[in-house]
Amino acid sequence: MTKSELIEVIATLNPELTKKQIEFIVNGVFQNIKDALKAGDKVEIRGFGSFKIREKNSKLGRNPKTGDKVEVPSKNVPYFKPGKEIKELLIDAE
Amino acid sequence: MTKADIVELIHERLGLTKKDIAKVVDELFTEVRTKILEKTNVKISGFGNFEVKKRGRRIGRNPKTGIETVIEPRTVVVFRPSQIFKDEVND
Repeated sequence: MTKSELIEVIATLNPELTKKQIEFIVNGVFQNIKDALKAGDKVEIRGFGSFKIREKNSKLGRNPKTGDKVEVPSKNVPYFKPGKEIKELLIDAE
Repeated sequence: MTKADIVELIHERLGLTKKDIAKVVDELFTEVRTKILEKTNVKISGFGNFEVKKRGRRIGRNPKTGIETVIEPRTVVVFRPSQIFKDEVND
């Protein structure tokens, strides 16, 4: 499923709203999550999961072509931790 | 930040009631969650992909007791942030 398909589904559930309004809200949700993480905040959505930044330490890597050692700098990585419910429901759905 | 904060931020910029916005925000997360539970990947351009993956049976260890146990095969959801998102958190 893509974002535009997601918008379509939500639009059919809200015939009183315009497509523009739905798009604004859907884009706003993802933008606000990104902004919060960029600001060092974390986001918790009950029943869904939480988003936060994980700091990866710098490490020694190798250039796969030449085999030379290179230092990979430390960096921030966005991380999603699924809620307990989603995790358990996925396992039960086996 | 919680869902209520997200609704508030959108409300400040859109002439709709908080109730209407909250309904759409709830439906958004419910729909993504439903797709994940149906084992369908969800791709949000500029944000990232929620990918449903199978993990095989493996031997794990209880980190508290150190006792080895069999971890049965399971399905998990992994979020792969888009390149844009990854770049943005390192600016």
